[in-house]
Amino acid sequence: MRAEWTDFVTGKWDKEINVRDFIQRNYHPYDGDESFLAGPTQNTKDLWAQVLDLQKKEREAGGVLDMDTKVVSTITSHGPGYLDKSKETIVGFQTDKPFKRSLQPYGGIRMAEKACADNGYEVDPEISEFFTVHRKTHNAGCFDAYNQEMRACRSSHIITGLPDAYGRGRIIGDYRRVALYGIDRLIEDKQAQKDSTGRVMTDDVIRLREEISEQMTALKLMKEMAASYGCDISKPAANVKEAIQWTYFGYLCAVKEQNGAAMSLGRTSTFLDCYAERDLKNGTFTEEQIQEFVDHFIMKLRCIKFARTPEYNQIFAGDPVWVTESLGGVGVDGRPMVTKMSFRYLNTLTNLGPSPEPNLTVLWSTRLPENWKRYCAKMSIQTSSIQYENDDLMRVVHGDDYGIACCVSSMVIGKEMQFFGARANVAKCLLYALNGGVDEVTKKQVGPKYRPVTGDVLDYDDVYSKFMDMLEWQADVYVNTLNIIHYMHDKYCYERAEMALHDRDVKRYFATGVAGLSIVADSLSAIKYAKVEPIRDEDGIIVDFKTTGDFPKYGNDDDRVDEIAQDVVHKFMTAVRRHHTYRNGIPTTSILTITSNVTYGKATGNTPDGRKKGQPFAPGANPMHGRDTHGAVASLSSVSKLPFNDAQDGISNTFTIIPGALGKEDKVFAGDIELDLNK
Amino acid sequence: MQGRIHSLESFGTVDGPGTRFVVFVQGCPMRCAYCHNPDTWDMNGGTMMEPSYIIEQYERNSPFYEHGGGLTVTGGEPLMQIDFLIDLFTLAKEKDIHTCIDTSGIAFNPESDTQQEKLDRLMKLTDLVMLDIKHIDPEKHKDLTGQPNKNILKFAEYLNEKKVDMWIRHVVVPGITDDDKYLFDLGYYIGQFENLKALDVLPYHTMGEKKYQSLGMEYRLKGVPPMDQKKLLEKKQVILEGIKKRRAQI
Repeated sequence: MRAEWTDFVTGKWDKEINVRDFIQRNYHPYDGDESFLAGPTQNTKDLWAQVLDLQKKEREAGGVLDMDTKVVSTITSHGPGYLDKSKETIVGFQTDKPFKRSLQPYGGIRMAEKACADNGYEVDPEISEFFTVHRKTHNAGCFDAYNQEMRACRSSHIITGLPDAYGRGRIIGDYRRVALYGIDRLIEDKQAQKDSTGRVMTDDVIRLREEISEQMTALKLMKEMAASYGCDISKPAANVKEAIQWTYFGYLCAVKEQNGAAMSLGRTSTFLDCYAERDLKNGTFTEEQIQEFVDHFIMKLRCIKFARTPEYNQIFAGDPVWVTESLGGVGVDGRPMVTKMSFRYLNTLTNLGPSPEPNLTVLWSTRLPENWKRYCAKMSIQTSSIQYENDDLMRVVHGDDYGIACCVSSMVIGKEMQFFGARANVAKCLLYALNGGVDEVTKKQVGPKYRPVTGDVLDYDDVYSKFMDMLEWQADVYVNTLNIIHYMHDKYCYERAEMALHDRDVKRYFATGVAGLSIVADSLSAIKYAKVEPIRDEDGIIVDFKTTGDFPKYGNDDDRVDEIAQDVVHKFMTAVRRHHTYRNGIPTTSILTITSNVTYGKATGNTPDGRKKGQPFAPGANPMHGRDTHGAVASLSSVSKLPFNDAQDGISNTFTIIPGALGKEDKVFAGDIELDLNK
Repeated sequence: MQGRIHSLESFGTVDGPGTRFVVFVQGCPMRCAYCHNPDTWDMNGGTMMEPSYIIEQYERNSPFYEHGGGLTVTGGEPLMQIDFLIDLFTLAKEKDIHTCIDTSGIAFNPESDTQQEKLDRLMKLTDLVMLDIKHIDPEKHKDLTGQPNKNILKFAEYLNEKKVDMWIRHVVVPGITDDDKYLFDLGYYIGQFENLKALDVLPYHTMGEKKYQSLGMEYRLKGVPPMDQKKLLEKKQVILEGIKKRRAQI
């Protein structure tokens, strides 16, 4: 037993790489309230004031304060950077100074160049030349393999947001392994993995051996990088401060090398609490000190930045990193996994103020401790900065050591990963079905030349059958495009740091997604229950609709239309499942266009539900704006009927409500309205 | 018996305790100047619904309402449709649903025996009445609502006798119902009731004005500003002082 592990309960975890086993044997569930929490220290306040000042300067500079144009970012490309070395308890930036964005051309040199150019910088010509002539990028690889149909679908936006010019992200390394085992033990393990591969050198075995070697290189570089900050992470962390620092170093290596569409953190709080409890018991640190480490850690996560183009920011509505951290949940043995550290994480919203990053996500279960539920509700009211996800639903599939990548993609930490697949615009697909594959905006023949609908009134059975055929085609071209993308990403932009913190044989989810579900549901409902007359242009292409009569609308707990939505999800997923997927990825789909719904709307013509050309889609699985007229519960109920089995990558519902409509004042909301005459 | 319904709301958080399923009935004899639901006045509008249909809708999502919430009927004026309410609450009580009526009390008529008999039956099925007293002064009440308040105040006494839990609601409108004298009097009046469980003081807001425009109706409070939240708490305090004084005398 190593000295760093003194006082921990032993088990499988000290013989093999098994963080979950460590957590289950060593965590202390906490069902008390938030009264133990500590406020910010003076150092925390000073450092945060510095960050706020940098944020202000960055806004004033038009969104970017500084960019690296000469040094290609790797784990060790930059020396250490600090805010104020004497005050920081948790250290590390992506480059040699805060708010300086790194240069990451492996996803695509043109994207990197454009990100610089749009912000007033220019990539060193030598680097541009190197990544154009000598070293191929992921982006170049994709376009070498795409066929005409894929290109046409891409530019007409029937499949959209594809990660073929930027990093796919959505892979969460088990950054806790760095803290629990130290790098040397992880390298030993990787060596054993490499020695254990098959002896017949098939493509798969060769690729695996090469990847493991890449991972081992990354681990060695992690040690070097940490050493530049004066930390020896070859050994396990010896206390909570080191555990936080080691974990953060693991994450930092990932964001130094990958500008991914979502770079999430995982599920770290309950793991770290094992160290905090031990240190509190031994008197190593006080509560105030531990909160300070957490505050500084979260502060660092709030400073993660990437070089991105305005178009990218438009798709994702801003400049999100999606540093998602999953909190709470319940273990498979029934014990809630809420610890004091879960409270400390949320307490950063008080100590540092509200923030969208890191994306603090509470894994919600009806069986969570009452005090934790109340604290979450209170912090939500105060800061509007907490995301909630259904642990009771996901635990069945993933057990109790999964985390969320991006906003809703669930995966077991260190054992599962995802190939991110953007989404298919099913609203546009419906229009293609009506028009026989002709795009309603560009008037080009993009889809197959199936028979268009004829006649003056749309017939439900006819439209439905044509839509199913078109959906089948859409899934086909979509999955095949993704097959190319992930092949090339693995080849030219491999996530060695994140994958170094995974098991050898990971389960790969092959993620797809749909946008425009509520439009399709309402449109089909209109065709079925009202009278919809198509309006054709001079070329005979349907460009508008005249709808007479009322029809059930998704979002009102009305099975007549809700069942249409469920059916479309199921049919789409069935079509996806029929295909070969790269590296035998397990197909999943998501309904979660939280921000890109605006962009998709712009590229889609008039739809039979009454939505006008260019108008935004509803976000995610939301009902269309203003059509849910029976209140929030009915609206949520429609969403909750969507089959999770067919949309395992997540179903999102964006819910906004004015605080006054949630109850009259904090006290009333907490259920305390009895007449109090003592005041 | 069917009810004449304006709309159903599945997520009510300000009409009684907890999260509630709220039934807005159609039709009201009051013409309160600040009413923000003038579309519920017409006695002939709305949709006819069976009580069983409403309970069915409630039960679809009952997990939301089970923990301290329930069913609230508001409007419009619920007590104008007392037969429907009796049927609805009879079904609700079979399912052990918490029942609440949000009323102005205007339909209370102690002189009618048939009316009283029905009300007695309804109150046995009702867990909470939220009584909205628009103004404590009879004359000012008439100016504001077009109706006297005599029976409304008697309704509070009746509820106390029947030991039905009661919340008093009062909307504070700047310049109209914010006079400290009357607020104190209101508090002093309701202070006598043992069944009084909560005081719900609501700030006047102008969100209803648009509805008047779209209905082509004149808005009598044009130009009256919304009630300031901080001032509102002071006004609430005045009512509480009235309650305290009365209670000290008992």
